[in-house]
Amino acid sequence: MTTRIYIPRETTASSLGAELLVDAIITEAKYRNLPIEIVRNGSRGACFLEPLVEVETAAGRIGYGPVQIEDIAELFDADFLGGGKHKLALGNVENLPWFKHQQRLTFARCGLIAATSVEEYKKLGGFTGLQNALKKDGKAIVQEVLESGLRGRGGAAFPTGIKWRTVMDANAAQKYIVCNADEGDSGTFSDRMIMEGDPLSLIEGMTIAGIAVGATKGFVYLRSEYPLTQTILNEAIVNARAAGYLGNNVLGSGKAFEMEVRMGAGAYICGEETSLLESLEGKRGQIRFKPPLPALKGLFGQPTVVNNVISLATIPVILEKGGKHYANFGRGRSLGTMPFQLGGNIKHGGLVETAFGLTLRQLIEDFGGGTATGKPVRAVQVGGPLGAYFPDSLLDTVCDYEEFAKVGGMLGHGGVVVFDTSVNMAKMARFSMEFCSNESCGKCTPCRIGSVRGVETIDKIVAAKDGKERDKQHIILKDLCETMESASLCAMGGLTPMPVMSAVKHFKGDFQ
Amino acid sequence: MMPAASPARLQEFTLEVATAVVQEFKDQPGALISALHKLQETFGYVDEAAMPMLGKLFNVSRAEVHGVTSFYHDFRRSKPGRYTIRVCQAEACQAMGSEALTASIKQQLGCDFHETTADGNFTLEKVYCLGNCACSPNVMVDKQTYGRVTADSFKKLTTVLAGKVSSSKEGSK
Repeated sequence: MTTRIYIPRETTASSLGAELLVDAIITEAKYRNLPIEIVRNGSRGACFLEPLVEVETAAGRIGYGPVQIEDIAELFDADFLGGGKHKLALGNVENLPWFKHQQRLTFARCGLIAATSVEEYKKLGGFTGLQNALKKDGKAIVQEVLESGLRGRGGAAFPTGIKWRTVMDANAAQKYIVCNADEGDSGTFSDRMIMEGDPLSLIEGMTIAGIAVGATKGFVYLRSEYPLTQTILNEAIVNARAAGYLGNNVLGSGKAFEMEVRMGAGAYICGEETSLLESLEGKRGQIRFKPPLPALKGLFGQPTVVNNVISLATIPVILEKGGKHYANFGRGRSLGTMPFQLGGNIKHGGLVETAFGLTLRQLIEDFGGGTATGKPVRAVQVGGPLGAYFPDSLLDTVCDYEEFAKVGGMLGHGGVVVFDTSVNMAKMARFSMEFCSNESCGKCTPCRIGSVRGVETIDKIVAAKDGKERDKQHIILKDLCETMESASLCAMGGLTPMPVMSAVKHFKGDFQ
Repeated sequence: MMPAASPARLQEFTLEVATAVVQEFKDQPGALISALHKLQETFGYVDEAAMPMLGKLFNVSRAEVHGVTSFYHDFRRSKPGRYTIRVCQAEACQAMGSEALTASIKQQLGCDFHETTADGNFTLEKVYCLGNCACSPNVMVDKQTYGRVTADSFKKLTTVLAGKVSSSKEGSK
């Protein structure tokens, strides 16, 4: 009997040697005359277990990890094809507490199936949402999304349904769906994981969006740092098209939807939606004034839905199980689930999808197992390079949009970066300003010049000879941050003060 | 052990080849950036001499082509080394010691960011986030990301890569 072996074809696994395992396992199996079939799934999200090799046995899928090439012969000796005992054996990984306590809606299939296979995707509920959508008119689809309470997962948390309704109601010969896959925030990788592990969910979500608002063309704007993602996503698009899910006549409905992947070129600012649109038009990624909103005048001046990868990849499950089902998860105005990403100095890093409502401490300690170095947690940055730094005393903040805003932070795209006691927060604040000066598009003065002055001022604070001089510079920094916050055209300059001022507020002792 | 690919095969720049490889983008609206990527993939950089041609193809001025090329960090204006190494400088990697790793890499290679090693093997660049933040610090070589890189593992990796350069030279003889 042929044994199915799952080895992720995914950036994290690959970065730790997964591709070498594929060859080694095939060679070893051939040598021992054991029939095997290798399935290339995505990652299940437990980065600390990668490369995670899973074997399909009579007793279910048994995981082994993290596997290195040196372990292969030993694993065969231990009869891992039959789920045999070995020090790397994890049992059925879904029984590990790390997985058991997650609530996976968006990532339900990720890591379970051959990532680009339409057949396997359908077996686990894929394209049911699209089929349901095709039976409804645009208004009813938008209503479903509104009822789900889904808010933009890219960071701005704007209600997705309202955005769609605006585009649906706009009159134009051509409308567009643009997927923002320029996941530039440090500490975030959920977009990449879903695109590598379950790319068809994004394709399905974009198709549903197109059918809902009357757009026939979609673009995925993907960052160039993700070359493997590009390959996998393009394969999935080819497969979806071949199976009739894309093209002039989606599933024989008479409705058309086509899509393509366009690559970014290493500019962080292109994650801002209007910069992204400029970039898609082949221009410098400089932001546009708003209004007009992209929903009315977006790509090539046409009404455009610009949504983050996770927002779009969540649409299929909403249309499959209903908006109300999705809204059953979460709390307050933060409904549904959020894929949190645990990174930086963390023992058990990876992707944790749960309903809104856990505390930051639960994420870091219960799932993450504390720091990788074993030292105490000193600071946690949530929401990417524009998010606030939290000290230990704020780790009991509940993870939802409103609770974070109350303590001067933001959830953003759900990236959680942990630092241990070795971190110097004045250095991190300086880095925030420096990053802004490197990545500013240059259109508005507060961001372009303010960030440079910010670096200089922090340097002066740190180098100050006495407390009086230091206090004087602190006043200047605060004033500068207020200017950037209120006068910048977009979130780049407008939110850079958040990590800076939170570092000053909670870790002032580091600034001397 | 780490995966290690052979160096990319780059062509010498000629305007003829450049013109030919970007024709596929001619009728795609807004595809200037895709065309620039194609040129860089083919030659390793975007040659100044290709700019008027790109302007004509996309019906924009040379100045606009220049403006776009210079805006994006990815686009090089001169030929890189055989491998391009990108070391992540973002927060998650900093939390796992990327600063010390970067210093060691610079010392090992004997060059700074945006420079190429004396033997022409490696060009060193910085990058902000490779999206592998649970396995920091990260380094990317051409299109391959490496997680949890240490000064030692980097040393081993560059030794293997340098070996690939020698063998690909042998092969082309």
